[in-house]
Amino acid sequence: MARPCSESSVLPAETYGARAWSGLRAYGHIVAMWVRSTMAYRTSFLMLAAGAFAGSVLDFVAILIMFSHVRVLGGFSLPEVALLYGTSSTSLGLADLLLGSFDRIGARVRDGTMDTMLVRPVPVLAQVAADKFALRRLGRIAQSVLVLGWGVYAAHVDWSPGRQALLAVTVLAGGAIFGSLFVLGGAFQFWAQDAAEVQNSFTYGGGTLLEYPPTVFAKELVRGATFVVPLAFVNWLPVLRLLGRDDPLGLPGWVDFAGPAVAVLCCALAGLAWRAGLRAYRSTGS
Amino acid sequence: MRAWRLYLSVAASGFRRYATYRVATAAGVFTNTVFGFILAFTFLALWTERPHLGGYDRAQALTFVWTGQALLAAAALIGGGFQEELQERIRTGDVAVDLYRPFDLQLWWLAADLGRAAFHLLGRGLAPLAVGALFFPLALPLSPLAWLAFLGSVALGTVTGFALRYLFALTAFWLLDGTGVSMLSTLLSMFFSGMLLPLNVFPGEFGALVRELPWAATMQVPADVLLGRYAGAGGLLRAFGFQTAWALVLLGAGRLLQAAATRKVVVQGG
Repeated sequence: MARPCSESSVLPAETYGARAWSGLRAYGHIVAMWVRSTMAYRTSFLMLAAGAFAGSVLDFVAILIMFSHVRVLGGFSLPEVALLYGTSSTSLGLADLLLGSFDRIGARVRDGTMDTMLVRPVPVLAQVAADKFALRRLGRIAQSVLVLGWGVYAAHVDWSPGRQALLAVTVLAGGAIFGSLFVLGGAFQFWAQDAAEVQNSFTYGGGTLLEYPPTVFAKELVRGATFVVPLAFVNWLPVLRLLGRDDPLGLPGWVDFAGPAVAVLCCALAGLAWRAGLRAYRSTGS
Repeated sequence: MRAWRLYLSVAASGFRRYATYRVATAAGVFTNTVFGFILAFTFLALWTERPHLGGYDRAQALTFVWTGQALLAAAALIGGGFQEELQERIRTGDVAVDLYRPFDLQLWWLAADLGRAAFHLLGRGLAPLAVGALFFPLALPLSPLAWLAFLGSVALGTVTGFALRYLFALTAFWLLDGTGVSMLSTLLSMFFSGMLLPLNVFPGEFGALVRELPWAATMQVPADVLLGRYAGAGGLLRAFGFQTAWALVLLGAGRLLQAAATRKVVVQGG
């Protein structure tokens, strides 16, 4: 089977840059193609985007119903939970919008359409990332941003420029961490084709976990979500800092700002796993 | 008599078809278990703050979470199963071939879906419930009769869920693209089945309304049967009656819609 990555491992550094640039450009082209094809059925697109919006609204309504019975959950008020919900959901929404097709790799390996991607002169990662780009997922992001906006307004936080910057960086770094989880999950499917659902535990399950304050969960679970799968860096640690609360694990203060570094590390790890996965790929031959 | 044997073998092949994918089943169990843990802790926080909310104590609330995860695949609470397949057959026109075959379209899909549900209840239901019982104090009944009643309620709930999804799938005859309808169907099911939050926690009039909707029959009622909230023969009769009534009404509506679709709509493809 063709191994598009193998020859690149001997290329000099500037070629890596060129390769990344060409990958990004290809990603842009494929995304633009999917957007054009989506817009051919404009009504359908609007309905689906509205549906995605409504779906996340119901998700938050469940939390609102919880708070109709209690004033605090795990010691956190509704605006504070809204801040957690907004950051987690926006980050996940961004990753889902930009890299949402990695759960289809197992299916592609099974039906043999992965081969088509390998013979095209475009990095496979870019092709998979842009595959079936679903603009309707903006609906979810819109809802998340609304909740986040309300949380920012209603939580008792003095929004100095530094804190504003931390919030913005947190959402982006969180998106990158979730994105690397999507890529890792995709790479995993080269070995375990049918196990695509496992990654849902970490991406969508992780998203749900982070919508609630860490004080709600058992210490072991919080530890696992900090040191094993670094979900805590998506929003728990920085948002706790913004709210002026201690994190339940009592980590040193600087880790609250470690989100971007963790994101870079996760992306590097995901990239390595992706290459290993692609190398392990065996075509079904069909 | 021979017709029944046909549908029985369709159900059996539905069971075998899903049993083939063992890795996928294990992956599903893993995911259900992870979600079970997350929800269990949020429910614990809620019930610590407000004990006896919605008439549940803490153990019952936890049992509700894990029952929900156990039924998630079996009752197809977040979609899956036959719906996309039938929609695709309608879109491509393959359904014309199905309509020619000497069996009833609705009963065929019902039999296949019940076979799938039976496998999913065993393959994807038992393990998460067992893990839940291992890590949390659950209020599971000891009497075999209570479990039998639960199984009966799950079966009725699955038929109700099927009837609902069949109605949604049939809209493909008019809309062709089923993506939006599938999304709507999943949304309604997630929210109104009680999977996100038990329906008896929903406030006031709205709560009273959602407990009478058909989605309540798919998860809320089976879970409450397991929790012994329909005590005695009278209580069980009420639960089963509610589920059966919705199942019959929706299956009937499905037949009417199917008749209308096959009479009026020109099949796609060619």
